[in-house]
Amino acid sequence: MPRPKLLTFLLPALAGALLIAIWHFIRVTLSEDFRFLLPAPSEVITAFSEHGNELWRATLNTTAGATLGFLAAVVVSFILSLLLSISPLVRVTFYPYLMLLQMTPIIVFAPILVLWVGPGLKSVTIITFLICFFPLAVNTTQGLVSTDRNLVELFQLYRATKLQEIRRLRIPAALPYFFTGLRIAATLAPIGALVGDYTAGSSAGDGGGLGFQTIIYSSQAKYPALFATAAACCMLGFIFVAGVLSLSWFALHQWHDSYERADT
Amino acid sequence: MQLVSPAVTANLPASASVAIEFRSVEKRYGQGPIILDAFSISAARGDFIALIGPSGCGKSTLLKLIAGLSPVTRGELIFPKSSANDSFPADPSSRTGSLQQDLAYVFQDPTLLPWLTVADNVALPLDLRAAPSSQRSELVRDALALVGLTSRAEYYPRQLSGGQKMRVSIARALILSPQILLLDEPFGALDEMTRDHLNEELLAIRERLRWTAFFVTHSVAEAVFLANRIIIMSANPGRIHREIRVDLPYPRTPGTRRDSAYHQLVDEVSQLLRSIEGLVAV
Repeated sequence: MPRPKLLTFLLPALAGALLIAIWHFIRVTLSEDFRFLLPAPSEVITAFSEHGNELWRATLNTTAGATLGFLAAVVVSFILSLLLSISPLVRVTFYPYLMLLQMTPIIVFAPILVLWVGPGLKSVTIITFLICFFPLAVNTTQGLVSTDRNLVELFQLYRATKLQEIRRLRIPAALPYFFTGLRIAATLAPIGALVGDYTAGSSAGDGGGLGFQTIIYSSQAKYPALFATAAACCMLGFIFVAGVLSLSWFALHQWHDSYERADT
Repeated sequence: MQLVSPAVTANLPASASVAIEFRSVEKRYGQGPIILDAFSISAARGDFIALIGPSGCGKSTLLKLIAGLSPVTRGELIFPKSSANDSFPADPSSRTGSLQQDLAYVFQDPTLLPWLTVADNVALPLDLRAAPSSQRSELVRDALALVGLTSRAEYYPRQLSGGQKMRVSIARALILSPQILLLDEPFGALDEMTRDHLNEELLAIRERLRWTAFFVTHSVAEAVFLANRIIIMSANPGRIHREIRVDLPYPRTPGTRRDSAYHQLVDEVSQLLRSIEGLVAV
């Protein structure tokens, strides 16, 4: 469907300009004493160039933790979901613990993790993994067991092997569910890495990530730099989600109803 | 669409060798009620048998028994062709290979895989076999030509209409050249025009590929138009109520629907059905 290209760019740009205008307006209404609470957009940009090196390094560290944890969660949850979907016995045995994993408060767990594997990338990766794992495992398992009964019968009729049924039927049928999980995990991964870094990051090894930088800037009352850190986090999250959305588009747009029909 | 010259006509079954025989077949699920009771018929090769009756009379169950998707509880289901191992064991897992290759099922829904193109959907029965077929593309092309969808080979199912999807489903069923074709209300969800048209196509294909068909339907007109034998069933438990022979000559064309013999049969079967439903209501 042809969409008015101009509008799709113009409208968000206008909304952005409006937001910045409101930001300025609020700032000027604040009395001088409180203006430090809301740095001007220009100050944030200055902070970016002032702290450019450390912010860049911190962003790279957080990106590494988020990516590794995310990918590990995708691989492990997929294997676990396959096992869960194949055997009802395995499902009954482990499902409660999967739920329990989701309930585990990461903030409490983080200090112990630091003792186990040390601060830095390893801890951040594991925390990201734990946060991403649950939505992926639950959605993928759901997808693998929700295969259309008629299609399963069709495969039985043509005497498909169990492996064929999984590879050619259950996995492709589970893809939309898998991508739902992946979208949720993609929004959680940068947050997970940030939280992980906040609680288990350190300047000792790699200089820490954005979470660690948050601690430093707030203790030093560098508020424009905090805003710059937040902007970097947003950017990272945006890249994650955009990446997963395009992956999902490639995998599903030709056949799945969630995408507009490529008309003939 | 007329796919066959009217010269290739034969009133079936000519040489009535038996394709399937039911001997007092009984079916129940677990300890549940009897779905199918003392069911005995013998289907000759080339028979087109329509199964009609109130819901719950075990029509669809009957197809599942033939397909081996569900085991027979009591009695025997015999496929005389396989000489070594005549009678069908109640347990479908103990069946030998060649039998089910000879059999295809067209479900109520098109049951297409939405992530495969039309061509790949049609090729599915080939692709699921252990040995890859060297004639894959040829067979797909022929099957699609039979149902008139050659130009849609690279489409995805969601780009097709309901009738087209059903055609793909039929092409998929025909690709292994089955001896027995099971159709479970395949056109029930389609509008009447499309349904009539697909019925004509189905008979045209039948003129070329002589399978034995079991066709479950709720439409009396459809049953009379397609079948040479109509089995009217009653429910609770499912039993054969009456069998009607349809002696209208094949190939049948849209003109057959204007035949007075056709109308008489439709009336007769409808009245029989109404009498059964009366029995059920009392």
